[in-house]
Amino acid sequence: MFSFGDIMSEAFVLILNWDRNLSEIVALSLRVTLSAVFLSCLIGLPLGALVGAFRFPGRGILTVLLNALMGLPPVVVGLFVYLMLSASGPLGPLQLLYTPLAMIIAQTILVTPIVAALTKQVVEDLHGEYAEQFASMGLRAYDRIAALLWDARYSLMTVALAGFGRAVAEVGAVLIVGGNINHVTRVMTTTIALETSKGNLELALALGVLLLSIAVIVNAVVMALRASAVRAAYA
Amino acid sequence: MLRRHFFSLAAGAALALGLAGSAQAQDQFIVVQSTTSTQNSGLFDHILPIFQDKTGIEVRVVAVGTGQAIKNAENGDGDVLFVHAKASEEKFVADGHGLKRSDVMYNDFILVGPPADPAGIAGTKDITAALTKVAETEAPFASRGDDSGTHKAELKLWKDAGVDAAAASGAWYRETGSGMGATLNTGTAMGAYVLTDRATWISFGNKGDYQISVEGDDRLFNQYGIILVNPEKHAGVKAEAGQAFIDWVLSEDGQQAIADYKIDGQQLFFPNAGG
Amino acid sequence: MRDTVMDMIPAQVATSAALLEARNLSFEAGGKRLIDGVSLTIREGSRTLIMGANGAGKSLLLRLLHGLLPPSAGQVLWRGATPDHTARRAQSMVFQRPVMLRRSVLANLNFALSMHGVRGAQRATEAGRALDMAGLTDLARHPARVLSGGEQQRLALARALIGQPHLLFLDEPTSSLDPASTQMIESLIDAAHARGVTIVMVTHDMGQARRMGDEVIFLHAGQVAETGPLDQVLRHPRSEAARAWTEGRLYTNSTL
Repeated sequence: MFSFGDIMSEAFVLILNWDRNLSEIVALSLRVTLSAVFLSCLIGLPLGALVGAFRFPGRGILTVLLNALMGLPPVVVGLFVYLMLSASGPLGPLQLLYTPLAMIIAQTILVTPIVAALTKQVVEDLHGEYAEQFASMGLRAYDRIAALLWDARYSLMTVALAGFGRAVAEVGAVLIVGGNINHVTRVMTTTIALETSKGNLELALALGVLLLSIAVIVNAVVMALRASAVRAAYA
Repeated sequence: MLRRHFFSLAAGAALALGLAGSAQAQDQFIVVQSTTSTQNSGLFDHILPIFQDKTGIEVRVVAVGTGQAIKNAENGDGDVLFVHAKASEEKFVADGHGLKRSDVMYNDFILVGPPADPAGIAGTKDITAALTKVAETEAPFASRGDDSGTHKAELKLWKDAGVDAAAASGAWYRETGSGMGATLNTGTAMGAYVLTDRATWISFGNKGDYQISVEGDDRLFNQYGIILVNPEKHAGVKAEAGQAFIDWVLSEDGQQAIADYKIDGQQLFFPNAGG
Repeated sequence: MRDTVMDMIPAQVATSAALLEARNLSFEAGGKRLIDGVSLTIREGSRTLIMGANGAGKSLLLRLLHGLLPPSAGQVLWRGATPDHTARRAQSMVFQRPVMLRRSVLANLNFALSMHGVRGAQRATEAGRALDMAGLTDLARHPARVLSGGEQQRLALARALIGQPHLLFLDEPTSSLDPASTQMIESLIDAAHARGVTIVMVTHDMGQARRMGDEVIFLHAGQVAETGPLDQVLRHPRSEAARAWTEGRLYTNSTL
């Protein structure tokens, strides 16, 4: 019924006829997702490093929890954030529901466990190598975490990309807390869902191809930055 | 060196975040909780710019199933409710969540089906008779199953036909639990009959070889209503702007704008305010 | 305050005060007693060698003395008191296999200086001096982890000395190096000692022991078999364990 060629040509038409509406949607997607990934890194990197490098009571439970939260269904996160931000919810007076910020919050909740759990793995391996040296130097916890995160930075770029992948592809949570409002909270994934429900399957798939292209570009840029940085200065 | 780059990157991202936060601090806007049929048919894209030009009020539409739209409005997450399930709407007002319900417009439901017509009902008019035949022949039927306005209308029709469709759930009666468009996508793919509102059907892009099997029965009438969410119950409700939107929709201008919306020359909604 | 390196280093020992003491130190792991009731004294300004056969517990003892591991019993005293944060800052250690941060040679030194609270222009000066001392000035911008084994160990030593420690622990620092690299490391250690740094070193190498040692602590099966001036322990060992070791015999009796 559908041919791959049709979809690709539809995607091309979409890009050729690039209009303000499409720019708006793509820009909002990137803004929401990159902000969420940034916030997730702000929380998840130190948290993952803490769990990876230190022994403390509850560490095992925290690890299990982080790993389990990696599989959190977006819809559940969306509902949770909706209930928090709803006018009847505890954070209702902030009036954040149906705003990009609500979408950022939902995606941050989704992505933080991924960043933290993967960071833990990376940092744990590195710390195995550094632990005695750090102990000998008498480093405080804060300095240890900072040094480990800094030295693991190239691996952590991949961690951030994993978070980006999850966030940019996510639809369930942003649909509920964003409301898919035209010109306000409509992003690529919710547009794809909308066009699918309108039966415009070629257009929906073409948008999917565009989303994939953007994800590929973001990944390629980060990887290129990483490669050149590694080449330039460090082994 | 690189550390400094990292911090400038962080600062840039924080800036982006700030911009994201400021998006809410725009001019005047209201949130309308509405249904997928009004949104997917393109009606809002047609009438809202006219209203905004006139009043400067931006209307943000959250399009979900009627059940969810009512629930969201009960939570105070919206200023205006614009849906199509009269009984539920009246209950919403009776419970004190909304101020006053007004008729806005109507269209009708239709039963669409595959050209093979396994139930032998194509071209008939009596919807209950048609549904009874569907049940008898156990022809596949795809239901919204999502507590939406269309779903509620469908359940009422099954009741009128005296068929306990829920008992056949999972057999010939299939509940998709999703929106109108998604249900049409699923239904057409499995060769099932689907009850849909006419507006969604006309604007639906994935009809395949499906045709309208049953239409024109009075019981397929689909009335849309509009309600202002009670500002006394939820302090955040923008009563003035919301009422301005309702007044406009019910005004001659608003009603004309609705009547003017056509796809392929077909009118999708028929204004009947004050009726 | 820190105008020159010499200012901060305690003057070459006039007295032989006890800098570090171990009292009845034991360490158990997996139900085995690996260090068993070790008591010893490290005098300020001394060069003490910890020697013994493989598995005698030399590296483990070094880690206990440095405080990297908590003892199962007994205690370590720093200047007669329980070691605190200042004690930690006054000690440093070079490991058998150097642990290099994933940064440049210079950044490794800068990191250690920052951890000692040295920043800005003074940090640049001190890092430059350390590079010069270790003969690594030309490699300053290279990633530390691509240096040769000898270069890495020199960097590790320079980094360990950069905080101007009073006591330097060395765990077989030259065991995997060629003679030329070994000689450079030894001369760096000598120079540090000449500035007053107390040295505690684990070594297997009899030649190195003769060049670098004043006193020897001979370990056998987690216990101190013998202590004394280097000449005495290596030439006229009183314990059977030390005698067997110096004569190149295998000695496995674990109950001395």
